[in-house]
Amino acid sequence: MLLASAKKLRSFGIIGMNQRNFGLISRYNPRHLYPLVDDKLKTKLLAQKAGITVPKLLGTVQYQHDVRLLKEILRPYSQFVIKPVKGSGGKGILVITEHDHNLYFKPSGDAMQLADIERHVSNILSGLHSLGGKPDTVMIESLIQLDPVFSDFSYEGIPDIRIIVFRGYPIMSMLRLTTHASDGKANLHQGAVGVGIDIATGRALHAVQYGESVAHHPDTRKTFAELIVPHWDKLLQLAAACYEMTGLGYLGADLVLDRDQGPMIIELNARPGLAIQVANRAGLAPRVAVIEAIKTVDPDVQARVAFSKQQFAFDPDVHPPRLLRTRSGDR
Amino acid sequence: MYAKLRLYSVVILLLAFGIGLTLYKHFALGFPLSPDDKKSLWTIEARIDFVARGDPVIVSFALPPQTPSVVFMEEDFASSDYSFSEMPSPAGRRAQWSKRTASGPQTAYYRLSMYEIDRLAHPPVAVDLPPELEKPEFDEVLKTAAATLLDQVRNRSANTEIFTRELITTLNSKAPSQNLSLLINDQSSEDYKTHLIIDLLAMEGISARIVRGLYLEDGRRRQSLSNFVEVYIGNEWLLFNQNTGKSGKPKRLLIWQRGDESLLDVVGGKNSQISFSIIRNVYSARDLVVHDRMNKQAGIIDFSIYSLPIEQQNAFKMILLLPIGALIVVIMRLLVGLRTSGTFMPILIAMALIQTTLLTGIIIFLTVVGTGLLIRSYLSRLNLLFVARISAVIIVVIAIMASISILSNKLGLDQAMTVTFFPMIILSWTIERMSVLWEEDGPREVFIQGGGSLLTAVIAYIFMTNRTIEYLTFNFPELMLVNLALILILGQYTGYRLSELYRFHALERRNAAGKR
Repeated sequence: MLLASAKKLRSFGIIGMNQRNFGLISRYNPRHLYPLVDDKLKTKLLAQKAGITVPKLLGTVQYQHDVRLLKEILRPYSQFVIKPVKGSGGKGILVITEHDHNLYFKPSGDAMQLADIERHVSNILSGLHSLGGKPDTVMIESLIQLDPVFSDFSYEGIPDIRIIVFRGYPIMSMLRLTTHASDGKANLHQGAVGVGIDIATGRALHAVQYGESVAHHPDTRKTFAELIVPHWDKLLQLAAACYEMTGLGYLGADLVLDRDQGPMIIELNARPGLAIQVANRAGLAPRVAVIEAIKTVDPDVQARVAFSKQQFAFDPDVHPPRLLRTRSGDR
Repeated sequence: MYAKLRLYSVVILLLAFGIGLTLYKHFALGFPLSPDDKKSLWTIEARIDFVARGDPVIVSFALPPQTPSVVFMEEDFASSDYSFSEMPSPAGRRAQWSKRTASGPQTAYYRLSMYEIDRLAHPPVAVDLPPELEKPEFDEVLKTAAATLLDQVRNRSANTEIFTRELITTLNSKAPSQNLSLLINDQSSEDYKTHLIIDLLAMEGISARIVRGLYLEDGRRRQSLSNFVEVYIGNEWLLFNQNTGKSGKPKRLLIWQRGDESLLDVVGGKNSQISFSIIRNVYSARDLVVHDRMNKQAGIIDFSIYSLPIEQQNAFKMILLLPIGALIVVIMRLLVGLRTSGTFMPILIAMALIQTTLLTGIIIFLTVVGTGLLIRSYLSRLNLLFVARISAVIIVVIAIMASISILSNKLGLDQAMTVTFFPMIILSWTIERMSVLWEEDGPREVFIQGGGSLLTAVIAYIFMTNRTIEYLTFNFPELMLVNLALILILGQYTGYRLSELYRFHALERRNAAGKR
C-alpha cells in the first residue's frame, strides 16, 4: 500500500510534523533559547563552559574583506571543516581532507581552487545557508577523525549520532552513516543511511535509506547486525547534559566519535526531524508520554540516562505500545 | 486548556460575525449570494396628454406607493416649462405640474424604474383601517335587485372571502339573470363595475376599496391601469380581480393607487388622457442592490468597498482573493504536506496566473525559471558575491521577460506578452533558491519543491478564478473572517499530513510484519 492508515500510525505512536511543531517544539522550546542552538558558535562556547568536548575551533570569518585572509587562516591545517554558524540541516558544510595550498580536496577526491573556497565562504557570509537569509559568520573547525569502529560502515565521511533528548532524558537515537549517494554527508534525505540504535545498549536495531529498510551498507556491503556504538553511556550522558546547557525541552543532539578525542558534540538542533522514527521502526509518542508523566526532572544526568536505558530498552518480545498518546493530544 | 478555550471562542466569534453579516446582507439588504442572480428592472413611463385652454394649468397625478416588495430606483418627472412638485396626500403621493398659462396640446411624463424583490419574510405592513361604511344609495328597483342577488350569493358562501369571490363571478357570468342585467346596466365600464361591487359589498357590511394596478409586461405601450377590488377581511386587505374573482396579488402587478381618489386631475385643460408604456431590462441583481443601497446611504454599504473609486475597487477585487490563496497554502502545507519553495510564493504565482491565464502562465513560468537556472549556473562560475549575484539574476530575469515579450509579439502570440505580470523579484529569488537547492540536494529536490509550488499555485489559481468565490470575496468581504476562523482551526491541527502517511508507510508494513 502506498499510504499508511493514519489510525495505524497513531497506534504505533508516530508523531507527525504538525504534532511535533505544536505539541513538542512550541510547548517545550521557548523561542528565546533558539539562538543558543541556531548559532553554532554560541553552542560551542556554551558546551566548552559545561565541560563538554567539541571539535576545535580553528578560526572564524565574519566580514567579507576578511575572506582574503582565508588562505593564511587555513595554512597551518591540513584538514578542516568550513561551516556556516547559523546553517541548518547540514547546509553549506564544506569538508577538506587534504590540500597543497593550491588545490583543496574534498573527501570524495574532488579538487577545489582556493577561489572556490573563497566563494563558498562569501556565500555563507551573505546568508545563503542561514535561517531567513540573515548575514552569517563562517567558522572553521578541525576535522573529526573517523573512529575505526565505523570504518566499515561509512563512505567518505564521518557518521554522526543523533540523540533526541526530551526534558533531559534521551528517548531515541539513530546513527547516520555517510554513503556515496549522500556525498559524504550524514543527511538522511541526501541518501545517508539511518540506523536505529537501542538506547539501552548502543546496538543497531534497524537501518533505512531513502525511507526503505536496508540490511547492509550500500557502499561497503557490511551488515549492520554486528554494529554496536562504543562509548554509548558517555554519548547518552553528553546528550542528556545538553538539557541543562540550553534549557530546551525537546532537542536533537548530534554527536560524533573522534578517533583521538572520543565522543563530542558537534551540533544541537531545536527542531529535530522525524526520520528517526523510521530508522527505529518506532514512534516517539509513547516515549514522550513516559517522560511527560514524570513530575520533576531528575537533576542528575547519570540517573536520567539510567532511567532512559531501563525504560526504552529494545525488547524484541514486546510489540510497540499501542494507543499511547502524548498529553498534547488530549488537550 | 484556557488557551484552547480562548481560541475556540475567538473562532466562534469570527464565524458568527462573518456568517451573520453575510446573512444580514443577503436577507435584509437583498444581496444575492450568487453572481448569476439577475433581476428585471422595469421602466414604466406614464404619458399624460391634454389640451390646455390658455388658463392656468394644474395637473395632479397619483403616484404609486412604495411598498416593501418593490424598490424604486429612480423617478423622473419631465414636462417642458412646467414647475413640478411632489406632494404627499392622505391617499398617497401625488405629482403636480403647474404653469401660469398654456394652450394647445400639452404632454407630461412620469418615468419610474423599479424592481421587485422577494424576501424570506415580508416585514409586517401597517394595515390601514377601513373607513366607516357608508350605506350606498340605490333607487328602489335596483335595491330590490341587489338584495335578491346578495341573498343568492350569501346562500352559496361560508365566509367573506368566498362571498366576495362568488359575488364577482356572478356579476361576470356570461348569461346574466334579469336582476343582474338590471344592475350591470349597459354602461358597464370598468369603473362602474368596480363601484358596483364595492357598493354591493357595502350593503352586506363589508369594507372594500378600489385599487388600480399596472400589469408589468415587457414592450407594452399604451397600457392603462386595471381595476381591482380590495376587501378588508380579518384585519387584512385582500385583493380581488374584478373580472375573475381570483384573490391575491397577481405576479408582476404594480399597485399604482388605492382608494377612490382620481388618478389624474387636470385643471385648465380638456381631453386629458393617460397611457403607460413598459420596458424590461435585465441587470445583475448585485448591481441593482448596490446602486440602490448607495442611494439610500445604508451605513453598512456606505462604509464599504463600494464607496471607493472603481480603480481601487478593482485593486481590492484582487487583494480580497489573497486570503483564499493563503487558505490553500495552509491546507497544502499542513494537511497535504506539500513542500514549496518559499512559503507564500505560490500565491504570487497564482496572482500572476490570473493575469496571464493558466496555460500561458505555466509555460512562461517554466521558461523564465528554466532559462534563469541555466544562466545562473554560469553566474555561479563567475565567483560573485551573493547580493551582486541575485541582483544579476534579477536583470537576467528582466532580460528573459523582455525577450519573451518581443519574440511573442513578432510571432503574433499575444498571450505571451502578459509575462510582465510575474513578480520579477520573486522569480529571481526562486531561481536563486532553486539553483542552490540543485547544487546542494540535487535536481530531485528542485523538482519536488518546484512542482509543489506550481501545484499549489495552480490549485490556488483554480479557486481564486472561480466566479462564485471571486464574487463572494468581493461582495461579502466579511467572509474573510470565516476564512480566518478556518485558518485558526487548521493551525491547531496536529494530525498526520498526507505526505507523512506516505513517508511512514514502510513503518506500518514493518510493524505489521513484526506482529505476526
